Order: sequence, then structure tokens, then C-alpha cells
Amino acid sequence: MADVNRGNRPLSPHLSIYRPQLTAITSILTRITGNALIVAALLIVWWFLAASTSPEYFSLADAVITSWFGDLVMVLSLWALWYHTLAGIRHLIWDNAKMLEMETATKLGWAVVIGSVLLTLITVAVI
Amino acid sequence: MRYITDRKRVDGLGAARSGVHHFWVMKVSSVALLGLIPLFVFTFGPMLGRPHDEVIAYFAQPFPAIVAALTILVSFRHFKDGVQVLIEDYVHGWKQRALIIATILLSYSAAAVGLFAIARIAL
Repeated sequence: MADVNRGNRPLSPHLSIYRPQLTAITSILTRITGNALIVAALLIVWWFLAASTSPEYFSLADAVITSWFGDLVMVLSLWALWYHTLAGIRHLIWDNAKMLEMETATKLGWAVVIGSVLLTLITVAVI
Repeated sequence: MRYITDRKRVDGLGAARSGVHHFWVMKVSSVALLGLIPLFVFTFGPMLGRPHDEVIAYFAQPFPAIVAALTILVSFRHFKDGVQVLIEDYVHGWKQRALIIATILLSYSAAAVGLFAIARIAL
């Protein structure tokens, strides 16, 4: 690791003095949602394992996942999943050096935020 | 205390020769998940809270079983590669290596459990 502060000089307080911007918030949310999805992923794997083991074990796992707390985790994870998916599409577009202009990037950011909420509502309604 | 700079230490050693491999692997798994995730959400989702025999009968069918297996396989690989970058950004030294190894072990273990369970239900 490079010594980022050779000679103990003052560092730029970059994050703490910036006004929060949509592009920055939507960027870090991509990382947070992606990593947080491990909780739901492990719960789902456990649910499958329980289903393959016995009806008794399944009723335990299914009860945990469909409890009020399980529901909360799953609905939040569903939003995280759609958010991460839409943000991923944005990255696939950006990889081609397209739509990187500030105005367009901001519009894409709103599309990701609003789109993820809409997709979550639609999914909950359908399922 | 090292007097030699980081730049000087790597000078002349050449590139790591892995180039854009990680970027490419991430791109392939994300494109794959673009198709798999909606399929999985709308096959797995309705099964939550259903009776055990109904769930078993459903995932014994080829399509839901294959979608679930592929989603588990690809998403845990995608997770493994994504978390690696997160760790590389914020953690350094031996802790970085330890966390990356732990992530890889967790990802493959969880994927193995998921695939085993689906195979057992489907076959």
C-alpha cells in the first residue's frame, strides 16, 4: 500500500466538504446494494437446502423467510436487486463511453432510483 | 521505514499480465444475470410461503430448476468478484488477502450448497 500521506501533510477533506451529488450517491449505492444482497442470497440458499432436506426443516426456513422480519429483509433485498441491476445496466452503457455527459448521467441516476422502486412495487404486486 | 518509493520498487517489472481479465469476467456475469435475475425473481418468488410438496414439485421441473441453479452459480461468482474489488479498495496488506480468500470460500461454499439442494430436489 502506498503511503498516502508522506511526511504527515494535511489531506484534502474531499468527502466531508462536498455537497452530496446524485451521481456520487447512486454510485456508492450500487456497491452497498450489491454487497448487502449476500444476506438474501444466503437465506435463499438455506431455504433450498431446507426444502431438499425434509418438510420439517423446510417449514422452519420458510417460516423465518416469510416472518415479518424475513419479509422486510426480502422486500429490501428485492429493491437492492433491482437497483443493482439497473445500475449495472448503466455501467454496461458507460463502458462504451456513451451517456457520460453530466446531464445525461444525472438523468440515468434518477432512472435507476425511480425505476428500482417501480420494479419493486410491480414485483411485490405480481408475486 | 522504506526509503525506496513504490514507483521505484515496481520499475522494470512489467505488467501483471492479467490485463482486463477481471473487468471481462464481471461484464460476462453481469450480462448473464441481466437475463437470469428476472427469470429467477418470478419463478422463485411465488414459491415463498408455499407448502413443501408444492415447492418440491415446482422445482422438480426442468425450467425453474435450471434457472435457479444458473442464478445461484453465476450470482455467487459475480458476488465473489465484486466483493474482491470492494476489499481491494478499502483494506490493505495481509488483511486484504485474508478477506478475499474468505469471500472466495464463502461464495463457492454457498453456491455448492445451493446447487446440491436444487439437484436433490430436481433429480
